[in-house]
Amino acid sequence: MSASIFDHDHHFPGVELPSDIPAELLRKTPLNLPNPAELEVLRHYTRLSQQNFSIDTQFYPLGSCTMKYNPRIAHTMASLPGFARLHPDTPAPAMQGLLQVLWELQEWLAAATGMAAVSLTPAAGAQGELAGVAMIRAYHAARGDHGRRKMLIPTAAHGTNPASAQMAGFAVVEIPNLADGDLDMAFLDQHLGPDVAGIMLTNPSTLGVFERRIADIAARVHGAGGLLYYDGANLNAILGRVQPGQMGFDVMHLNLHKTFATPHGGGGPGAGAVAVQERLRPFLPLPTVGREGGGALRWVTEQELPRSIGRFSAHGGNIGVLLRAHAYLRRLGRVGVSRVSAYAALNANYLLKELQRVGYQAAFPERRASHEFILSVSDLQKATGIRALDVAKRLLDFGIHAPTIYFPQLVPECLLIEPTETESKATLDRFVAVMAQIRQEALEQPELLREAPHHLPVGRLDEALAARRLDVAAAQ
Amino acid sequence: MPYIPHDGLETAAMLAAVGVERLDQLFDEIPPTLLVHDMVLPEGLSEMALHRELEGRAMSNAPLRCFAGGGAYAHHIPAIVWEIAGRGEFYSAYTPYQPEASQGTLQVVYEYQSFITRLTGLEVSNASLYDGASGLAEACLMALRIQGGDKSILVPENLLPGWRRVLDSVLGLQNIRLVSVPYDRATGTLILPAEAGDAAALIIPQSSALGLLEPVDALTDWAHGHDLLAIAVVNPLALALLKAPGDWGTQGADIAVGEGQPLGIPLTGGGPYFGFLACRKAHVRQLPGRLVAKTVDGQGREGFCLTLQAREQHIRRGKATSNICTNQGLMVTAATIHMATLGGRGLQQTAVLCHERAALLRELLTAVPGVSLPYGGPFFHEFVLRLPQAAVAVRDALLGHGLLAGLPLADWGMGEAGDLLVCTTELLEEADLLAYRDALTSVLETL
Ligand SMILES: Cc1ncc(COP(=O)(O)O)c(C=O)c1O
Repeated sequence: MSASIFDHDHHFPGVELPSDIPAELLRKTPLNLPNPAELEVLRHYTRLSQQNFSIDTQFYPLGSCTMKYNPRIAHTMASLPGFARLHPDTPAPAMQGLLQVLWELQEWLAAATGMAAVSLTPAAGAQGELAGVAMIRAYHAARGDHGRRKMLIPTAAHGTNPASAQMAGFAVVEIPNLADGDLDMAFLDQHLGPDVAGIMLTNPSTLGVFERRIADIAARVHGAGGLLYYDGANLNAILGRVQPGQMGFDVMHLNLHKTFATPHGGGGPGAGAVAVQERLRPFLPLPTVGREGGGALRWVTEQELPRSIGRFSAHGGNIGVLLRAHAYLRRLGRVGVSRVSAYAALNANYLLKELQRVGYQAAFPERRASHEFILSVSDLQKATGIRALDVAKRLLDFGIHAPTIYFPQLVPECLLIEPTETESKATLDRFVAVMAQIRQEALEQPELLREAPHHLPVGRLDEALAARRLDVAAAQ
Repeated sequence: MPYIPHDGLETAAMLAAVGVERLDQLFDEIPPTLLVHDMVLPEGLSEMALHRELEGRAMSNAPLRCFAGGGAYAHHIPAIVWEIAGRGEFYSAYTPYQPEASQGTLQVVYEYQSFITRLTGLEVSNASLYDGASGLAEACLMALRIQGGDKSILVPENLLPGWRRVLDSVLGLQNIRLVSVPYDRATGTLILPAEAGDAAALIIPQSSALGLLEPVDALTDWAHGHDLLAIAVVNPLALALLKAPGDWGTQGADIAVGEGQPLGIPLTGGGPYFGFLACRKAHVRQLPGRLVAKTVDGQGREGFCLTLQAREQHIRRGKATSNICTNQGLMVTAATIHMATLGGRGLQQTAVLCHERAALLRELLTAVPGVSLPYGGPFFHEFVLRLPQAAVAVRDALLGHGLLAGLPLADWGMGEAGDLLVCTTELLEEADLLAYRDALTSVLETL
């Protein structure tokens, strides 16, 4: 562990508090925050940054997270003072430049997804999901169809899907996947009915394969009066090639912090824009950006969209993230956008083949990989006791971030690997060589893996102790 | 090809290894009827052309001296804050699910949690929520879980209307009733509610949408006297000056939430900001969002990891305390560096300066003929001015003088047509305040 910021403290006399505020409203306990010198702050946080893996420093094949290069030009553009200094309550005529960017992004995302309308406000994927299923709820309610309490969600879905459905007041029914990765249609048919509001899917699914019967699923769900929600976390796989709107989805979110290359920032912020078909437009979350006849842009409010599901943040959403997504899309353009899925798929399928060649087992060997794929190391576990966790930790020793592990929970001892289109063949080849070495180590000296990582500032941490002691703030 | 490194030879070699001839064949499992043929997207731009286009857009947003607040505030951000927060190691890392490879982010969050607990006087802070308003919605859901069985929340009428709308949207989905607590039209501050009904909690803004400081001790004690939880809504910078929620009333507030933007986050038209949420340790299992704890590795070396993850959606799925996954991590990194750079002393000096400048501006503006103060109570850095003409028209006219003069309360459906909410921060110097006075005087004469 690095020194703590609390080690850098200098003592200054206290600040006199204003006398025109009654004493009973003022601070009672002194503000016990450290007073480091600026150079100490600079060194401390620079050193901490050096203890992180990141896209800018390491290969980061974290499945489902689309850790592609975050172009620096997007950061520079979002930081331009003309955007950064804008107060959210600036009257629209004085912020036309920003509104223009947001309006274009709405249009482009609608075009890229094959949907009719977009609201950019949700702050992340999960908030987009909440807004999306809330629109499904509002749609049924507006038709007087009040009995639709259930939301169908595949067992392999991301945890935010059932959590969002639950927050929107739905009861979640989980649907299993078949051995080939496709959805269990018989189970689906059994559960469709007048009490089902809709289904939440991502395609390609979290199993890293394309749901081939999507048109059939859409027809069945629509036939039963339900709507289809598309979790856009995996859009990188099909960008410019297949549109969720064309697959039959009614509403979706996009993780702009995945497909549109905005950074993850060590946990966020992201942006989870929602896109809908025409029949859901009246329910979009606010504000959106609207254009008047003369071309002037303004925020759309409740007066104009009275049946909106409302607002999910105090202002217009994570605008700085939206600016980055806009810059990325504008840089790529129509041709560049279509290349994204092509090279994401090429990298994933190449890596899968190469890893199979060095002995790893694919979870769905007969299927084409999408932009990501799943390996299972159950064979290693049977032979040596080595688990996916051990492989993941050993990778860190080679300066490679671990893939996603134990998600989806359906596949035992799984690694979900997503290389993204921005990685070169040389990087992928090095990854394959390292994975081959790790496999050999697993067979010959498994303790090397079990005790990994060896070369990082800390080894495996005692998570049980962390939860028991619950030291979550520095003692005063 | 922007951001794609492959040359033709590499692509060919990789396709051959996969056993296909063309990139299109990688999509052969997708039914052909689903393939798109065209999308209406613009042509791509070079980085240079992109820079030029967006710089033009940015510059067309008129520069204004900012006297608007209402939940988002113009403050000075020391240069080192985004210099460090923008480092690739912070900027382009994922959530710290592999703690050994994420000690930097994890320690930053631990220090952030420590700072927030000290500002709020509560024991536990999470690692952030989306923004202040959605953080308040999460705090209400948390209070309902802690209390069990209750069906409503007491919401002050002088809560920021934008926050109230978020509560309506989020809590409405679970059929939770929001019961309004009125404010005294003469003083602008809250009237103690008549009854608690089936409420789980009372929301208590330290500084209301009218900029007035509320009697937080009495409100907290009233809540506890009726077996309700007290949810404090606070500005983190104001807490350098004002009473910490942990000290409110005889027992202290139970949960504190707020908008973190004043701590080093640029305004950027409304986001990204971050919501903070702190609570008592007794309630930690109902806390939404991520939490970082200090622990040790196998060799006894100290380190940090995410903890109590069984509260979260990736473990508990539909039964999680919240659906939140991606949070506002980088904003928290910036806020932590901001707080460390200013230090406890710098934060207090800034807060005092904001207050003093606001007091001075209030004096200057009320001396303008026809301008009055509808409320006389204590305030932090925002106050309501009553103008002799519609505040919307005056605000619009002042744009021509290079000023964003404030927020007309009429836009929020509050107060009278002439009411304007004005905010002053340390960024505005005496010359700016005098410029405001002069511009207002001339606009009122000519309108
Ligand atoms: C498949 C899938 N769905 C939804 C989400 C949730 O998105 P977010 O983290 O932006 O809320 C994620 C990302 O973590 C995901 O991978």
